[in-house]
Parts: sequence; structure tokens; C-alpha cells
Amino acid sequence: MTDDAAVLPPGQQESEPAPERGRLRGFDRAIIEAIVQGSPAVTTAVAIVAALLIGALIIAFSDATVLHAWGSFFAAPGAAISATWQSAAAAYSALFEGAILNPHTVAAALHGGSVGAIFYPLSETASQATPLILTGLAVALAFRAGLFNIGAASQWIGGAIVVTYLGFAISLPPVIHVIVCLLGGFVGGAVMGWLVGDLKARTGAHEVIVTIMLNYVMYNLLSYLLGTPSALQQPHQANLTSPNIAADAQLPHVGGPPPQVGVGFLIALAAAVGMWWLVARSTVGFEFRTVGANPSAARTAGMSVQRTWVLAMLLAGGLAGLSAAVTIQGSFYSLNFQSYGTYGIDGITVALLGRAKPLGVVLAALLFSALETGATTMEAATQVPVDIAEVIEGLIVLFVAAPLLIRAVFRMRAAQRGGMAAVAKGWNG
Amino acid sequence: MTALVATIRPPIAINRRLLAAGTLTLFGLVDVLIFGLFAHHGDAGFALSLTGAKVVVPTIRLPGGPLAYALGGASILIGIARATVVDSPGPRRLGIGLVLLFFVLSLLAWSDTGSWAHGIPVNLVTLLQNTLAGSIPLILGALAGCMGERAGVINIAIEGQLLLGAFTAAIVASTVGVLWLGLIGGSLAGGLVGLVLASFAIRFLVDQIVLGVVINLLVSGLTGFLYDRLMVPNANAYNNASTFGPIKIPGLGDIPIIGPIFFDSTIFLYLTYAAIIVVQVGLFSTRWGLRVRAVGEHPTAADTVGIRVLGIRYRNLVLGGMLAGIGGAYLTLGSVGTFSKDMSSGLGYIALAAMIFGRWTPLGATAAALLFGFTPALGSFLGSITVPISPFILAMAPYVATIIAVAGLVGRVRAPAADGKPYLRA
Repeated sequence: MTDDAAVLPPGQQESEPAPERGRLRGFDRAIIEAIVQGSPAVTTAVAIVAALLIGALIIAFSDATVLHAWGSFFAAPGAAISATWQSAAAAYSALFEGAILNPHTVAAALHGGSVGAIFYPLSETASQATPLILTGLAVALAFRAGLFNIGAASQWIGGAIVVTYLGFAISLPPVIHVIVCLLGGFVGGAVMGWLVGDLKARTGAHEVIVTIMLNYVMYNLLSYLLGTPSALQQPHQANLTSPNIAADAQLPHVGGPPPQVGVGFLIALAAAVGMWWLVARSTVGFEFRTVGANPSAARTAGMSVQRTWVLAMLLAGGLAGLSAAVTIQGSFYSLNFQSYGTYGIDGITVALLGRAKPLGVVLAALLFSALETGATTMEAATQVPVDIAEVIEGLIVLFVAAPLLIRAVFRMRAAQRGGMAAVAKGWNG
Repeated sequence: MTALVATIRPPIAINRRLLAAGTLTLFGLVDVLIFGLFAHHGDAGFALSLTGAKVVVPTIRLPGGPLAYALGGASILIGIARATVVDSPGPRRLGIGLVLLFFVLSLLAWSDTGSWAHGIPVNLVTLLQNTLAGSIPLILGALAGCMGERAGVINIAIEGQLLLGAFTAAIVASTVGVLWLGLIGGSLAGGLVGLVLASFAIRFLVDQIVLGVVINLLVSGLTGFLYDRLMVPNANAYNNASTFGPIKIPGLGDIPIIGPIFFDSTIFLYLTYAAIIVVQVGLFSTRWGLRVRAVGEHPTAADTVGIRVLGIRYRNLVLGGMLAGIGGAYLTLGSVGTFSKDMSSGLGYIALAAMIFGRWTPLGATAAALLFGFTPALGSFLGSITVPISPFILAMAPYVATIIAVAGLVGRVRAPAADGKPYLRA
């Protein structure tokens, strides 16, 4: 662990007598110390607040009105500060209304309006989070076995191609069609993941190179298939899009319309529970964790490291393929570059913020989805670009990953444990 | 000890030598069975000079099918040689290089033969010019990776360094109006990202993979935000840089074939040459390089003999970031002149792959980066003729070839031993 001297300014420790130091540590400092040494949940909450504060400053100080008000700060300091506050507050309240709760709908419901409308933002957030949870799990599962899966995007495409084809090209009875498509998505993704794991196990090919290359291969393959009428392109269409999948293959919603929870969201939660069981409770999961922590020790203990790699990548790919299935069957109903989105690469950040744990991934995906859903409303209402959501997300992960930074800011003593030191590993596995 | 090492060595079942030979032969078979067998009747033309060159080299015309057969046959012979006689690193690498070159040549011959190209030859000079230009950000990014990782810090933030370099170069060159300052600004921005990476990785002990991914996200968000907020409303003031013109080196630039490819380009290419040489020679032939590699392999030992481990890590990450920043500046000031959202579009990750493919050596990374730089150049050539195959399928070829090469020829690569591990003095 680090020593205090690295964190405190030089000389401070010696110059302060011990009892005075104890007296100086007031209630606020005790809280902060408890926070930093406390549970990951509290640390994450502090990180979110800090990230939102910095985000607010960026929003306010890139606003021409605010900058103008600060230009005449000495003439009217109050105006400058209130302009700063108003700029940030307007953006954040729009973000909150878009992602969580809009007070206007509550007021309307009290006066006899729709009660369901209150939950509309939350249902949007859950719907946006669904594919993110699954790609996040795909990256997290590979992390647990010591593999860095940058290829959730290619596995997503692998699943999406199968789902879309099964969805529009064959006809099956209602419930069976949904299940066949979901399984198809899992298999499509799993094949892509298996390829990576198998190449690594057989030849030692580095999974980072192979997944990056496969992302490009699959992206081009998708462009080709969506641009070829005899393949996946919708007939008589110039756009790169597939036909809609059959109504029988679409995932139903619970409740609604319009506030509704997609069955896809429930599938994503079930997958998270499944991954928790697999990793924490099963023999296979024990092998994953052992290989992830120390492949040499795992080998000495008689585990097959190669088999574990293959299985981990296969399951990770399957989860990413399932993400494609719920996206296409649950919300877009067709495959194109809009439904492709950026779930693959976002899954990495989600997995990292969730510390590669299933519950963490679900919460991280919900948080990111809330930020992104809200940011769309925010841009429409206040012209603040949606990209601020990415900045806030990045800052949150950075602060969560750097407990030492927060400690340094607050001049804290070293805590017992570092933050996410064990999430991801270096190249040598 | 030896027995223990032997038991924990991964039981890779396949004989590496036969696998490599088989892979080389596979490339040869593709040359013969696809590009040879399915070739049109007629000649493939290879033009070797640009219009208006002082010395015009005549265009070479060869029958397409037989050429692919010959190249494929040569590749198969190299594969056989690999299985039987060749077993030293130099010839081995030469063999891999030749086989990949033959593969590309037979692909070109196949696409330029017959009616598709309307008799217009492939201009190899243009193709290679585009390849080199497209490789600049990849090479500089991969060198930035080498600088950091040889000192023991994983750099996934290459993407962020390229993007912030591109953004800063565009905004500085637009507001100040001096291209050189834009280039310097881009380089400093890359260095700044390197400094952030270094301080969080070294001082705050943040997991380096998490850190790299996060920095990329932050830079993408920040530049996207400022682009919409600042550049789009005032494009003339903030996003209106011009581009560096080509500089022809007197004498060398007039040499037929080589001149226009290597010695008639923008300042960025010459800076890239310098960077490759400096990093390669520096890392492997100077005291500084020995220290850097010691820090990357065994920091405790390095510390014991008085090498400043953390100082070297900071310095390498910042210097590497400055190189990647120049690569980023190329994206705006070297090619299009304006910044657009997420314009690095994954090049940083390709640079990362190139660095690993090149086994953490500057020259190896450069060779891999050239392969990736060739892809868009090939794509733009194939777009100009009417090959009856989707450009998307052809665009997949280099990435598939890389996977095959990595799996069959390179195999397990070993990163510097202390790569990714923070150094804490006990």
C-alpha cells in the first residue's frame, strides 16, 4: 500500500502534533474518511457527485451567456454566479426530467392526467440499459477469466445477423419464434466469441488483436449484408437496413403503452443473475476466477486453462449476441446501423464501472443509460450537446477507479484496500 | 526449476513450425486457387510513375493468371522451406514479408486483369503513397504505445491521444493561423493525455486498462462537446485550418519510383521517419533504452542500481503522447484540414494491435502499421475500378489476413514483464 508521505504534502505529518490532529479532524472529515474507506457503493456515490459537479462547470463555462456575465464579474458578481447556476441547473433538470422523473407529469397526474406518464422516463432508461447490461456482462465475464474482450461489437453483430435472419426469413408459431430468435442470437455471438477463445487456446493469438480485427471484419460484413438485397437488405430500399422481423418474433412488453418494461430488460436481469450464479457458485466459475487470478496456479492445480479461455469467450460472446437479440426483438425490430449503436464499446466502460460484477454491471448500465437518455432531452431543451454524458461517465469511472485521488484531494489517510485494482489485467494474463 | 517451468508451460498441442509452414502455404494456395484460377484473360498493368514525372518508368504489363500462379507457387515454396530448412529469425521474417507481399500483388493482379479495370494499370506509386500517408497516425500511435509499454505502462489511450491531438491542432491552427503552431499544439495535447495517463497510473495506481478506456471516453466526450458547442456555431473561427503542402526533397524526390513514394510528402511523413529511427535506435542501442527496458522488465532491479523508475515512466509516457499527438495533428492538418467528431475512428486501437503484432518493437510495429495503412489505400484503388465484388468484402481481407498471420505465424507474444504493474517501492 502507499504510505502517507506520498499523499500528504511534505512536512505536514511532522509539524502537526498528534492530539491536535485528532481534534482538527472534525465531523465532516470523519464522514469523508468513512466514505473513502467505506463500501464501494458510497465511493461510487461520491464519484458521481464529483463528476456531475465538474460536468456542471463544463456546461456553464462553455455557455456564452455565462462567460459574458463573468466578463463583468466585478460590476455584478451576483449576476455572474447566478448565470452560472442557471445554466447548469437548466441543463441538469432537463437531464433529470428526461431520465428519471418529470414533475410536470406528476402534477398532471394529480389533476386527473395519466399516471403512467410519470414512469415514461424510467421505462425509457430501462429500455436503453437493456443491451448495455448484456454487452457489459459480456466484457465482465471475460475479465473474470483474465481476458480483455474488446470484441463485444463483433459478437453483437454475429448475434444480430442470426436473429434478423431467423426473424424475417422463417415463420414459426408465436412463442417458439421468439425463443428460437433469442437462442439464435446467443449462438451467433457465441460463435464469434468461441473463435477468439479457440485461437488463443490453440495458437496463443492475443485476444486483444483478434477481437479488434474481428470488430472490423464483422462491421464490413454487416455493411455488405445490409447492402445486398439477396442477403439482409430490405427489398426495394436504398438504405442499409434489414426488413422488420415478423411480429411473432418480437419481444412483448409488460404493461404499457407507453410506459412499459420490455421482456428484454427482464432477460438482461436474468442473464446477470445467471452470470452471478455461474461465477460465484459453480465449479466452472471457480475455474474462471482461478484462471483469471493466476493461470499458472490454475494449471498446476490441474485445471485446463485453454478450455476455460474457450468457454469464457464462448459465453461472453453469447451474452453479446443476446444483447443484439433483445435490441432487435425488443425495440428496433430491424437491423441497421442505428440499432447497432455503440453497445459493444460502451460495454467495456460499463463492465469496468461495475467492477466486473453482475450487480455492478446492471447498476452501471442503468446509470449510463439514464445519463444518455436524459442527455437527449437536455440537448432538445437547452442545446447543451449530448456528449457531456460521455464526459460525466468517464469522470465517474475515473474517480471510482482512483480512490487514492479522492484521498489526496481530501488529505485522507490510506485506506485498507485500493479501488478496482483487480478488475482488468495486463497483456501477459 | 526447469522441470516446474516445463510443467506449467501451456500445453499448446500444435507444432509451431508446421503451423507456420501451413499458414504460409495457405496464403500461397489462395493466390493460386482464387486469384490465379479465377483471373480473367489478359494482362495486369502496374504503373510505376506519376503523370508529369521527370523520368518515366514504363508500365509493366504481365498476364494476370500466370502471375498469380507464379506468386502463389513461390509462397508455397517458402512454406515448404519453412517446414524443412529455415529456422532462424531473419529468414523467417523475410519469408513472412514476402508471402504477404505476394498475396497483395496477386490480389492486385487479379483485380486489374481484363475488363474490370478497362485496361487502366494499377498505379503502384499512388497506392504506396496513400499507404504511407494512411500509416502515419498508426505508426506514431504504435510508437507511443512502445514508449509507454517498454517502460511498463500499458497505453490504451492512444485513441484519445490521436483525437485530442487532432482537435487541438485544428483549433490552434484555425485561431492563430499558423500551421506549425497547430502541429506543436497537437503534439502537446497528446503529451498532456500522456501526462494524465502517467499521473493516474503511477501516482494514483489506477488500473491501466481501465484508465486507458476511460481517457478515450473522456476525450471523445470532451472534443464532441466542444465541437458542437464551439466549432459548429463558429466554424470559420475555430475549425478552418488549412493543410500542410508536400515538400519534395531535392535530388531524392526525383528518383524514379522511390522518390515520389518516400521523399515527396508532407512534413508529417518526415517526422514519422525520424520518430521511427529515434525510438528504435534509442530503445535498443542507447543507455537510455537499456534503462527503459530494465524498468519495463524488472523495475525493482532497475531501482536497485539507481535508475529512477517512476521518472522514466513519466517521461516516456509524455514523450510517447507527444508522438501520438503529432499523429493526431496529421488527421486534421495533414489530410482534411477540419476536425470532425470522433475522427480518429478506432485508429488508436489499430495502432495498439499493430504494436502487439510487432511484438513491442518500433520496427515491427511500423511494419504492422503499414499493413493496416495499406487497407484504405487498396480500398480507394478498388473503388476506382469495377471489381464485381463488394468493396466491403475486400475491405475485410487485410483484417482476416492479420488474424491468420497472428494465429499462424506470430502466435504467443510476450509483453514486457512489468507491463501494467504499478511500481511500489517495498
